[in-house]
Amino acid sequence: MAMSRIRGAFAVPRKGETFELRSGLVSQYAYERKESIQKTIMAMTLGKDVSSLFPDVLKNIATSDLEQKKLVYLYLMNYAKSHPDLCILAVNTFVQDSEDPNPLIRALAIRTMGCIRVDKMVDYMEEPLRKTLRDESPYVRKTAAICVAKLFDLNPAMCLENGFLEMLQDMIGDPNPMVVANSVTALSEIYHAAPETQALKVTTNTLRKLLMALNECTEWGRVTILTTLAEYKTTEVTESEHICERVAPQFQHANPSVVLAAVKVVFLHMKNVKPELASNYLKKMAPPLVTLVSSAPEVQYVALRNIDLLLQKQPEILNKELRVFFCKYNDPPYVKFQKLEIMVRIANDRNVDQLLAELKEYALEVDMDFVRRAVRAIGQVAIKIESASEKCVNTLLDLINTKVNYVVQEAIVVIKDIFRKYPGYEGIIPTLCKCIDELDEPNARAALIWIVGQYAEKISNAGDILAGFVEGFNEEFSQTQLQILTAVVKLFLKRPEKAQGLVQKVLQAATAENDNPDVRDRAYVYWRLLSNTSDPNATKDIVLSEKPPIVTTIHSLPPALLEQLLTELSTLASVYHKPPEQFVGQGRFGADAVQRAAIEEQIQNARENPLAAAAAAAAVTGSAPPPQSQNNVENLLDIDFDGTAPASAQKEPSGGMSGLEGLAGTPVRVESPAAGAPAGSNNLDDLLGVFGDGGGATAPSSSSGGAGADLMNGFAGLDLSGNGTTSPPPGGSQPKKTNEDIMSLF
Amino acid sequence: MLSGILIFNQKGENLIFRSFRSDCRPRLADIFRIQVISNPQVRSPILTLGSTTFSHVKHENIYLVAVTKSNANAALVFEFLYRLVMLGRSYFGKFDEEAVKNNFVLIYELLDEILDYGYPQNTETDTLKMYITTEGVRSAIANSATDSSRITMQATGALSWRRSDVKYRKNEAFVDVIEDVNLLMSATGTVLRADVNGQIVMRAYLSGTPECKFGLNDRLLFDGDSAGGSSLGGGGGSGGGAITGNRDGTTKATRAAAGSVTLEDCQFHQCVKLGRFDADRIISFVPPDGEFELMRYRATENVNLPFKVHPIVREVGTTKVEYSVAIKANYSSKLFATNVVIRIPTPLNTAKTTERTSQGRAKYEPEQNNIVWKIARFSGGSEYVLTAEATLTSMTHQKAWSRPPLSLSFSLLMFTSSGLLVRYLKVFEKNNYSSVKWVRYMTRAGSYEIRF
Repeated sequence: MAMSRIRGAFAVPRKGETFELRSGLVSQYAYERKESIQKTIMAMTLGKDVSSLFPDVLKNIATSDLEQKKLVYLYLMNYAKSHPDLCILAVNTFVQDSEDPNPLIRALAIRTMGCIRVDKMVDYMEEPLRKTLRDESPYVRKTAAICVAKLFDLNPAMCLENGFLEMLQDMIGDPNPMVVANSVTALSEIYHAAPETQALKVTTNTLRKLLMALNECTEWGRVTILTTLAEYKTTEVTESEHICERVAPQFQHANPSVVLAAVKVVFLHMKNVKPELASNYLKKMAPPLVTLVSSAPEVQYVALRNIDLLLQKQPEILNKELRVFFCKYNDPPYVKFQKLEIMVRIANDRNVDQLLAELKEYALEVDMDFVRRAVRAIGQVAIKIESASEKCVNTLLDLINTKVNYVVQEAIVVIKDIFRKYPGYEGIIPTLCKCIDELDEPNARAALIWIVGQYAEKISNAGDILAGFVEGFNEEFSQTQLQILTAVVKLFLKRPEKAQGLVQKVLQAATAENDNPDVRDRAYVYWRLLSNTSDPNATKDIVLSEKPPIVTTIHSLPPALLEQLLTELSTLASVYHKPPEQFVGQGRFGADAVQRAAIEEQIQNARENPLAAAAAAAAVTGSAPPPQSQNNVENLLDIDFDGTAPASAQKEPSGGMSGLEGLAGTPVRVESPAAGAPAGSNNLDDLLGVFGDGGGATAPSSSSGGAGADLMNGFAGLDLSGNGTTSPPPGGSQPKKTNEDIMSLF
Repeated sequence: MLSGILIFNQKGENLIFRSFRSDCRPRLADIFRIQVISNPQVRSPILTLGSTTFSHVKHENIYLVAVTKSNANAALVFEFLYRLVMLGRSYFGKFDEEAVKNNFVLIYELLDEILDYGYPQNTETDTLKMYITTEGVRSAIANSATDSSRITMQATGALSWRRSDVKYRKNEAFVDVIEDVNLLMSATGTVLRADVNGQIVMRAYLSGTPECKFGLNDRLLFDGDSAGGSSLGGGGGSGGGAITGNRDGTTKATRAAAGSVTLEDCQFHQCVKLGRFDADRIISFVPPDGEFELMRYRATENVNLPFKVHPIVREVGTTKVEYSVAIKANYSSKLFATNVVIRIPTPLNTAKTTERTSQGRAKYEPEQNNIVWKIARFSGGSEYVLTAEATLTSMTHQKAWSRPPLSLSFSLLMFTSSGLLVRYLKVFEKNNYSSVKWVRYMTRAGSYEIRF
């Protein structure tokens, strides 16, 4: 009966509902009043404004029925703001309740008081809070501890004046573990809101207390304590050893968030301990990490994103665990995508056969996005493991033979990257050329055209193929147009007799009939180069120069960002692989943060720069770049930060989040990385272009082909020209630069 | 931390809106409805808009959403949402729209108790049930001060999971070892992945504050830490019968009797003293009263697969698919599996099927695109065969069939795929009563998939 009436409240509001509720609230029968309160709360949930009932609800606050009291309190918390004056009427009840013999009621009173965000209420909070902080019941004390954080949020001055912080700091020594955990929680909240308070300072003494409470408190309390331990920085070896020793048993906790928090602590403190000990902990860490992969999909997703980070720092930890990352047929897509990335990261000579068989299986599934990623993964494996490249190419050829349109297109893009690393696969070019009519995506078309141009001397009918593309030049995407242009010029330089007419035609089309400035500019540059008769070899040197092989197509984070994210394990930042400044309120557009991020990007760039060969080598081996190349990096930094910093600052928030959007105050959408990855990496590439180091040649994204690189350099040129003459163009600072594309700009 | 918890039904109606911080405004409910529930494109469980992050899980026909404004601990947020689902299920049996609507007061009450200012507090079902009940009106205990202090002591104490005054006339403990065996077999019959996710569920009906010690045939315990790498013949095979009252399991005797098992990883209920396990691999704990999950474990070596499946699937032209599926039980003939269900995928354009089986019944389920073959009782050592034929309608837009894997579900008593055995369960209590212990083993199919 009562149920059906409550459920009635979900129906469309009837006229005079508020009136009905009001009469119920002041009814002489207790049960009617309670029912009306329930209905009021229901209406509140549905988003109806029932604030006009405030005085009537308030009348019901003095009751011995705990459930009714809770409902009234809930209402109060929601509408206190709209009736600040009337709240005073409730104060008396709160103060009384905070002295009730029943600890549940005392706790309820102090908990609710903290949530009523009205200045007048704050004035009355001092006494009850002071009392409850010293309550005999730990349940009340743990509630009061959190209340201090609530008070600090409302009125920091009052909180400090009354010495609540000191009281809280003393409570870290409380005999009850839950009180300890909540005190730490409150202190850490206050500390993060206002670092100048020094609210949470871990000393040797508090460290001991925290470690003691760790084994006894609730799972959530453990997460709090572990997070605090992770933030604690110590240089003492013995202290770090001690922390690791005490925290490592938490790897066995049933709650995945405790496990991740423990992994974080050990991972961060491990740096200080002896290497043997550290590698021991790394070994210990692996099984619990693997177990996380069998938890609920959402938790699994968080775990996988974190494992990805850990692997970038310590690639060896999960070497033998490839199989657990095999995708299940009904895994949600976001989990599957992440598993693919991890599998590629842990691929090595020993497991590569198994992995390839599995990837091939995925490439035959139906989810288009997943299939593409699987194909891409095969390419990444080929470039990562030289010994497996042949098997990978054969697998890709098998896939091309399936004739499934999107599989073929993706495979071609991937094969293009393989060509950029390994010579000697020219034999498969005819097979690729057979697919030419099926390609309808600009990326795939561009990739194939690049291959044709690059190996023009080995393809007998290269002229015919390119002629077909030149025919429809104006219908192509600009990305493909740029590639056609370059390929035709290459063909002409290699076999002038075949392409004389073709080159004329394409230059004509690109300069006279095209609106895209990038395409036009490049065409003019080629035109000028080709008409340079004084040194006929100069053009060849530039356009047909030897290109450095690419190092990897696996996306990795810049080392500095990675270090930062490792301190953020299991948080949202670790899921997004982005520094928290980018998606939480304060300091999102803080110049410092953005500039720091930009510098990191820059360093990463420089490492990938094919010219700084030593640095590139370092990137492969994972060791620090030698000092010489470091200088190079610094030079680059100087140049770029002369004038381009603002531009880069605007470009910085990659992944669909442009600075401008954010400044305009519109909601900025940050898609989760698994889904948004392609967009993200493209943006990153743009960024590379902005810095103008020709990173396109080694651009980490396999999706952007040669055409992408050209486009980027186009940006670089524009950007630099905007800067005037004060800063020398990067090309100038790197005289040995042989990258055809960047040279073509000047 | 958490700024608010929201619950929606599938239509996007907001059923529960509980904000814990001032930055969780009612309009956020609309934003979530528009951006996630009515947006079929969303593929991720986490979505950040501006500086607000929505993390959601779906259970039955409701969405549970956590709103955060900071760089929150994502693992904790999801784990908490799942804990909320667990609580809901233990309170209402089924946690769906109906249950939420009928119990919204209780849910608000629960949320108030398990979260304070967005920080999770005690979420132990047993403790919460002591003072937040479905009866509506508070029973006497919560209102009387002395009882309340007892409750609150428990809710915060070091043994937050156990009352101190438990009494039973007969002291009993039931241990269920339940294993989910996962298999992924390739079309060529090689095992790509085989592992076991086990859980040990205990029902403890023991008086006082009993201290329990629990022993398994865990290899690390047998061999000591020194011999981690050496491989011991680990296949315990079928788990023996129930052992009862094995009070002082003399190590030597059992070591000889049973093979040992390598546990890749274990996770324990919070009552287990993790420090002791870490130091000498002894599982020691004071159990909660009643049923709880003592531990979970993972094993990957020497996994005994209870069933071998040989599917032969031939696509004849574009109009017909022929199946021949043989399944063989790979366990002792004294045992038998129950509820064996084999799901055999058919192409999406299947028009009709014919099937013949040597045992059990097979039926075509068009909505699932499966032929479902059920065998109620499958004794050890036997082998059964299904032959079937699916006739396909011709389609103008012919798309290749993705061939999803064939999957199996079953349950098999007195068998552990990992070979795990319980060696002893000792109970120490100051009253020194004697207790009876029962052990039961069961193996179920986790994700048991065979490609073809």
